[in-house]
Amino acid sequence: MNYFLTETEQMIKDTAREVAQKYIKPVAAEYDEKNEFAWDVQEKIAEAGLCGVYIPETYGGICPEGQMGIMNLVVAVEELSKVCGGISLGLAATALGTIPLILFGNEEQKQKYLPAIAAGEKLAAFALTEACAGSNAGGIQTTARKEGDYYILNGTKQWITNGNVAEMYTVIAMTDKTRGARGATAFLVDKGTPGFSFGKKENKMGIRASSTYELVFEDCKIPASAILGKEGHGFLSAMKTFDMSRPGVAAQALGIAAGALEDAVDYARTREQFGKPVISNQGLRFLLADMAMKVETARAMVYATARSIDSGDRNCSKESAIAKCYASDVAMQVTTDAVQVFGGYGYMKEYPMEKRMRDAKITQIYEGTNQIQREVIGQCLIKEAAAKK
Amino acid sequence: MNIIVTIKQVPDAANVRINPETKTLVREGVESMMNPLDAYALEEAVRLKEKLGGKVTVVCMGPPMAEAVLREAISLGADEAVLLSDRAVAGSDTLATSYALSQTISKLGGYDLILGGKQAIDGDTAQVGPGIAVNLDIPQVTCVRKVRECADGKMVVERMTEEGYDVVEVTLPAVVTVVKEINEPRIASLKGKMAAKRAQIKVMTAADIEADLTRLGLKGSPTNVVEIFSPDARQGGVKIEGAPEEQAKSLVTALKEAQLL
Amino acid sequence: MPIKINKETCVGCGACVSQCPFGALSLVDNCAFVEETKCKFCGKCATVCPCEAITVVKEEMEAKDDLGSYKDIWVFAEQKKGQVAGVSFELLAKARELASQKPNTVWAVVLHDGSNAAICDELIKKGADKVLSVSAPELKDFDDLTYSNVLYRLAKERRPEIILCGATTIGRALMPRVAVMLKTGLTADCTQLHIDPETGLLIQTRPAFGGNIMARIRCQNTRPQMATVRHKVFAEMEPDASRSGEVETVPFNKEDLSLRSKVLEVVENIGEQVKLTDANIIVSGGRGMKGPENFALLKELAEALGGAVGASRAAVDAGWIPYAHQVGQTGKTVCPKVYIACGISGQIQHLVGMQSSDVIVAINKDPECPMMKIANYAICGDLFEIIPLIIKELKK
Repeated sequence: MNYFLTETEQMIKDTAREVAQKYIKPVAAEYDEKNEFAWDVQEKIAEAGLCGVYIPETYGGICPEGQMGIMNLVVAVEELSKVCGGISLGLAATALGTIPLILFGNEEQKQKYLPAIAAGEKLAAFALTEACAGSNAGGIQTTARKEGDYYILNGTKQWITNGNVAEMYTVIAMTDKTRGARGATAFLVDKGTPGFSFGKKENKMGIRASSTYELVFEDCKIPASAILGKEGHGFLSAMKTFDMSRPGVAAQALGIAAGALEDAVDYARTREQFGKPVISNQGLRFLLADMAMKVETARAMVYATARSIDSGDRNCSKESAIAKCYASDVAMQVTTDAVQVFGGYGYMKEYPMEKRMRDAKITQIYEGTNQIQREVIGQCLIKEAAAKK
Repeated sequence: MNIIVTIKQVPDAANVRINPETKTLVREGVESMMNPLDAYALEEAVRLKEKLGGKVTVVCMGPPMAEAVLREAISLGADEAVLLSDRAVAGSDTLATSYALSQTISKLGGYDLILGGKQAIDGDTAQVGPGIAVNLDIPQVTCVRKVRECADGKMVVERMTEEGYDVVEVTLPAVVTVVKEINEPRIASLKGKMAAKRAQIKVMTAADIEADLTRLGLKGSPTNVVEIFSPDARQGGVKIEGAPEEQAKSLVTALKEAQLL
Repeated sequence: MPIKINKETCVGCGACVSQCPFGALSLVDNCAFVEETKCKFCGKCATVCPCEAITVVKEEMEAKDDLGSYKDIWVFAEQKKGQVAGVSFELLAKARELASQKPNTVWAVVLHDGSNAAICDELIKKGADKVLSVSAPELKDFDDLTYSNVLYRLAKERRPEIILCGATTIGRALMPRVAVMLKTGLTADCTQLHIDPETGLLIQTRPAFGGNIMARIRCQNTRPQMATVRHKVFAEMEPDASRSGEVETVPFNKEDLSLRSKVLEVVENIGEQVKLTDANIIVSGGRGMKGPENFALLKELAEALGGAVGASRAAVDAGWIPYAHQVGQTGKTVCPKVYIACGISGQIQHLVGMQSSDVIVAINKDPECPMMKIANYAICGDLFEIIPLIIKELKK
């Protein structure tokens, strides 16, 4: 379907597709097998100019003044994810870690980090989750104690995407435990700061080319100027960030699903059983049709949400949650069905389909589980109904 | 360093097919593209520019639609683009083409190096590069697979030979034609694509390059095509059937009998 | 405009449209229309038009010279370290054949440093009537400018009718320069050469568009008529010890020496492997080889056959084997007695590089792929199973 992409969006899509075909496709299986971050591919993504698609022009990106660039990000992440949903996280998770800075950072902070991120010289990460605080983000235990011109960070963050490969970390820590939801603050922490180290590297089911690490803060001293926004606004910043970044995850899920569907159709046309291609079976065509319906509707929702945000709608919590929840559920269903279409070949690691199914699962879990997304949507429905009176 | 890269727009050979009935070239759906080896030359030029400073100008002789490959060259790092387009050049063989391109390059002037792909995939002659070198009275090195050094008005390169390679030193300006081994061309970046959209392509005519019209087009081409025909299609042979062991045995026997081993 | 369509006479039958090898003609308003950018002025349309509605006014280069005064066929004898390249011997044999079609003296022209005292004699034994030898230390290694200056000076002075040269790295650097210096025509990679009995001109046949089309080319109004030919297209003659001939030694004119380029080092690193272009048997691998480690299997088969290993572009681009082994349009052209294609589908760009092999053997899972269809022996199966069995069979 023609989504009437702008010239820039089309250029981004074409460039991302070229990068995916030329640089990601040949190595995706290898990095997945080795559980390694694809630095050489990341370099090519940077060279192609894709790292700055969501960053304002003034800081080296391509977004004109006032525009968020979420659609640009969505289009790029979707194309990269069609080939590998793990390698695409180098870009997508950096966006998650950078959007808080774009929304809430001061001029000095933006000048310090954004140009390098836009040029692809530095990656970023977002650190909220802890062992005891997943869906219950409010339960985080990491503290940031103010001491003169510094904050001292103590605690551990778990399962942080781009951990160890990122240079800039947006960390949410409690500055005042007594204030509950109003007691958290966001900070920008540089890799290499004394007291900031990395714990274990996770061995994951999927997105194995993505680097997932535990972050350890032990009396980590950061300057007071590292605070992002105001004290006590940490969770607010996080929620506002998620509203903008969820389409990015949705795009990853969408790409995984779209890539799976394309391969499934190609396979069904060439695989012959009983003397004819398996796609001659109506049952299989119906299955592919259902997959296609899901992918297209997911795409329509993701694109609409992205466009809405770019056009200035900042009250997009419900739509973002719908986009993320729906696209990721679709990804899981479509990849499962795609493996089925491939039959035995879909189960073998020698062929690229099983990886997609493993990659899809996480999209239903991170950046807010799909249960949390449904809760968000439910709460929004209540609010909307109440506002009508 | 001012580098000129000669590029050619060619039909996408991958899709060129013969219509088996009429024995003619099927041109529908055959895209035009930048001659692949010229892309390698362009990449080398851009790398040299990135290392030594200067500018890269691409020059192409072709019909108006050849503008597309010039824009593509800009998206890949070229700074300026020149299209020599004139009905007078239609029907040019390599002598006339070399003349036209060298006149154009002469007019542009101020070049230190002229890079090009070793040959184009439609003509496959590899003659134009050396022809330009003669017309401009500058040295040449062909089949270059690596640039070792470039400094003080000289270049040291590796020229591929049948047995390996020669290390050749050449004074600049010179014509250098390259082979695939030399590098891996980049893909166009976003910035490049945007620059390509905005770029002004300079179009020159035979008059602009002050060409002697008798040296262009058919009039300037000593060779011409007197006949076109399809090559004899190679007929298929024998299918060797059976279990793998039998197939292997049949093959070896057949080759021995034909005294080919 | 060279192609004129007479609108009154044209009936819109479309014969020209379907016969144009370059798709330059179409029917517009029931009348033939030629797209100039695609037209190559071959004139086929005019010959097939039933109404004589098409006239091809072929503008030609003017003959500025007394063409009849050009005589002799020259073969540039390429040498490295005093050894004459096989292709030069092949061209001497061909030149003899051309001389039998139209009387002419066959000269071998050799630029060298004199390290091989027998070189001129070898050339005579292999077909030269006369040898033009320029010997100087400065001519030991090929230099684009120096060699072309020497050859130009000789050709300008002596006015040969035809110059032939191998389409080697040297030949393809040298001949285009000399052709432009002499302002004459050069046809590259000819697969056939013969003298047209009517006109006495050299008819040069060569492939175009990746070998989809064959073109016959001639150079009627300038001399010399120049052509390059690839190795193994023609055959050498056996050295004929009874042959005798003249050797004319011409001194090297120092003015021809160019210092603007020079060879610093000659590196030969093909190693003991049989050179692909010389091999009589080639075992070649493509995408079906699945990985670099599997080329060891092909090497084993090649060794058992005393041949060389080749590859398709797909295998080279995937990094499984170096580019030196690539056969095809952007690789090497080979003409072995036996070409064994393993896991190669046979795209046109590859076929162009090997379709003149005497015998083609194809081993492939896909019985319908182009390579299997043109193979003399087509084996449908798993190459990983079959090749070891072939090796076993050979060792018996």
